[in-house]
Amino acid sequence: MSWWTRIRSAFEASRQDAELDDELAFHIAERTDELVAQGMTQSDARREAMRRFGNYTTQRETTRDMDIALGVETVVKNLRYGWRQLRLAPGFTAVAVLSLGMGIGANSAIFQLIDTIRLRSLPVRSPQELVAVDNAKGFSRSGWANGRNQLYTYAQFEQIRDRQKAFTGVLGFGTWRFNLSRGGESRFAEGLFVTANYFDLLGIAPFLGRSFTKDDDRKECPDAGTVVSYAFWQREFGGDPGALGRTVSLDGRLFPVVGVMPQGFGGLEPARRFDVALPLCADGLMEKDRKGRMHIRHAWWLTIIGRSKPGWSVERASAHMNDLSPGVFRESVPEVYRPDAVKKYLANKLQAVSAATGVSSLRGRYENPLWVLLAAAGLVLLIACANLANLLLARASAREREIAVRQAMGASRTRLIGQLLAESLLLAVLGGALGAVLARILSQALVAFLDGGQNQLLLGSAVDWRVFGFTALLAFATCLLFGLAPAIRATSSAPAWAMRGGRGSTGTGERHGMRRMLVVSQIALSLVLLVGALLFGRSLRNLMNTETGIRPDGVLVASIDAKLPQLPPERRRLIFEELEDRIKNEPGVVSAAVVWLSPFSGSGWNNSVAADGKDAEQGKKEVWMNRVGPGYFSTMGTAMVAGRDFTRHDDLTSRKVAIVNEEVAKKLYASANPVGRTFRKEGPAGKPDEVYEIVGLVKNTKYNGLREDFRPIAFFPMNQDPEPRAGLSYMVRARGPMDGVLASVRRKVAETNPDLLVEFRVLEVEARSSVLRERLMANLSGGFGLLGGLLSMLGLYGVMSYMVARRQSEIGVRMALGAGWRDILRLIVSEAGVLVAVGLVIGLAGSYALSRYAESMLFGLKPNDALTLVLACVALAATAIVATLIPARRALKLDPVTALREE
Amino acid sequence: MGKAKNDILQGTLTLLVLRALEARGAMHGYALCGHIQTVSSDLLRVEEGSLYPALHRMEQEGWLKASWKVTESGRKAKFYAITPAGAAQLAAERANWQRLTRGVARVLRYS
Repeated sequence: MSWWTRIRSAFEASRQDAELDDELAFHIAERTDELVAQGMTQSDARREAMRRFGNYTTQRETTRDMDIALGVETVVKNLRYGWRQLRLAPGFTAVAVLSLGMGIGANSAIFQLIDTIRLRSLPVRSPQELVAVDNAKGFSRSGWANGRNQLYTYAQFEQIRDRQKAFTGVLGFGTWRFNLSRGGESRFAEGLFVTANYFDLLGIAPFLGRSFTKDDDRKECPDAGTVVSYAFWQREFGGDPGALGRTVSLDGRLFPVVGVMPQGFGGLEPARRFDVALPLCADGLMEKDRKGRMHIRHAWWLTIIGRSKPGWSVERASAHMNDLSPGVFRESVPEVYRPDAVKKYLANKLQAVSAATGVSSLRGRYENPLWVLLAAAGLVLLIACANLANLLLARASAREREIAVRQAMGASRTRLIGQLLAESLLLAVLGGALGAVLARILSQALVAFLDGGQNQLLLGSAVDWRVFGFTALLAFATCLLFGLAPAIRATSSAPAWAMRGGRGSTGTGERHGMRRMLVVSQIALSLVLLVGALLFGRSLRNLMNTETGIRPDGVLVASIDAKLPQLPPERRRLIFEELEDRIKNEPGVVSAAVVWLSPFSGSGWNNSVAADGKDAEQGKKEVWMNRVGPGYFSTMGTAMVAGRDFTRHDDLTSRKVAIVNEEVAKKLYASANPVGRTFRKEGPAGKPDEVYEIVGLVKNTKYNGLREDFRPIAFFPMNQDPEPRAGLSYMVRARGPMDGVLASVRRKVAETNPDLLVEFRVLEVEARSSVLRERLMANLSGGFGLLGGLLSMLGLYGVMSYMVARRQSEIGVRMALGAGWRDILRLIVSEAGVLVAVGLVIGLAGSYALSRYAESMLFGLKPNDALTLVLACVALAATAIVATLIPARRALKLDPVTALREE
Repeated sequence: MGKAKNDILQGTLTLLVLRALEARGAMHGYALCGHIQTVSSDLLRVEEGSLYPALHRMEQEGWLKASWKVTESGRKAKFYAITPAGAAQLAAERANWQRLTRGVARVLRYS
């Protein structure tokens, strides 16, 4: 009993005091009555009663203490004692707290990232009812895709919206990055084009003003306004309620703010938050023809979400979507498709998936890596727990004698166990606190890393207390379990035995066996971690060393946008050429060239191509394309194999020409040098194919990322573009510091035309961020591998030190009998060797079983890469030798006489 | 946490209280004082004030259970009764006591 009463007593002191006073007053009153009955006067009787009672106040206080202090005070004392003990062993405490803290911190941080992009429900009304329309396996589409999550065309949206019976409503949205700037350096806002029912269907009421109504989403979009997010309102308008009616410039067009959304809502993409939303029809306002993508049947730009009717499960909705597919696609065939494309298009099928947690482009790329990392972090936590258990066990054996002495002197068993337990508890609390701090730091670092310095990702970086609670609980359980078990054992052994020294060959065997088991499992687990780290590290190295065909170092990418309405399209070409000449003449610039799609930017353009003489349908190949200006290849460091580069005279008045890479030569012509030959580029339906003559052959280059295989690429000259686009990039090869060149290019842009928008990137950074995922995996798994290895070596060191201490007398005897240092060394190393060998074998089996889950994340090597396995084993074995040699040295230095005397 | 002042009953008070409650059922502190004094034919006197810390401690240990009742004189008093744990403690302390007295008696007789 009484734990509860005691603690309650501590809080209910006043009621207890009153009861105690009543009890004592009763005693005095009874005594007084008795004395009065014996003939005393009332006042004399009372005085006598008090005298017999003794010191009333002292007795009352003593009694009160009995109620309150006994339990709580003991706990406080135990904790204070535990704290003193921990401070006496700073090495033990530091290792225990650090290993726990790192395990807890890493797990919390990574789980949180997963939670944000995968598990957390959206802050909308009944998120579990939300269902996203999705493409079934083998979906084929071609045309013009823009933005993230760009799954459907507007025609398909209309068809799905009008045909479906599963949803109470269907919404569609497209994403867009708007430029807020009205000239000079670009400033971007994450934008949404949404159907008018978007906010209503999600159940989000505006914080200020209004959301969209049917009137906002009409064909002509007469007076489109924008609904902005709370964060944008705070950032751009300082949270001024008068912001309603003021305007925002989006890609150079002014839109009045009609509403502000509440703080919690950031759109349907968990990791990215929208800044501004426009009605769908406003997309047309951005185009010259005022029509936009709503009217283009091959423009894929929308995500479609429905809210299920009651009783419609995701599976039922999915089957329904599948049933609707033929009708939806029949009625939405893009006009530009040729018959074979139409055939493929009509075979497409739809399905439905739950959208309760939102839709995210990060999910596909990072979900699996993050689960792998979480598993790795879990292993680290396991190793940390094993380490802690090991440390606590070692500590308990070391203190056996002390405990025995105290027990013999009359310390109660509960008190001793309580003290040992208090120590473990303190460790858990300290480790947990450190874990909370580390989780915060690591999670911020992770977000910054994934973001790549672009500040577009807004993952919550606050610590998730549920996750933290879970991992902390695990740590507490470990501490208590491995703190309590040795405590109970230590206090239950007969004091006399322990005081004899407890260093004989019996008794501690069982506990030592457990410690050895812990070390074996630590070594096994850390081998798995190490193998993972090496696999990901070597993948990254393979990627970084892969031949890209270009030299990205020292290249600055200046993306210029001339889309502001005050810049007439017909002047673009002149402006761009003037700017190119100005940049080339800057000091510090080696060369410069223009290009449509800079490599690694994530954009792409492909089309069907047939080599000359081949049958139009048979010899068709998908070829990736780009448009470049003169000097592009030399600027990028791509070698010209044959033929010539483009010049400015390759324009609309001259013959249509192209430069192809070696992959095209191989795939289309099966020849080493196709210069002089021609190919046909398939035109849209109803338009004739275009014929190009190949004038140059270049080395293969990567198109969009380091990971991809070389693709066939055809380059077209910039000046043969019949309708110059508003945006292009200047690739500027700089000599010397990038900053100076960047500043001078910025100046030249402003001098050429103040209405041009410019955005700078560094090509090398772009190349590296195209392997962001691999770098994340390599860095984190490397860190975990290192941590796991370190912890298990600490464990091994602990066990070996203990073994040396325990067998001190045996070693002494052996030495006295003439054993040389070789024999002693063999004794110790063989014991460690068995542990390491068993651990490595188990670890190898584990790695073999687990590494195939990482297969899709590797590059240039197989999951069971022999070299990696050998490397990991060698690394662990080598450190194990170091961890063994330190205690072995101690054993060799033993003086046999001293060792024997202690027996 | 102060201990009770030194008196002749140090250490044996628990034994006496448990035995009294076992024999006579629930009693309040005042009655216990009188009872021990009477039964021991005035040989043992409990210092009245020191009885209460002992009672409260024994209650916390789980040997006694307390409840408030109204006495014949019409006052509210706290009555203590022995619990099964208290009975076990009594048996242990009784054995201890007998060993101690036997030992002391032998020492007095033979040395």
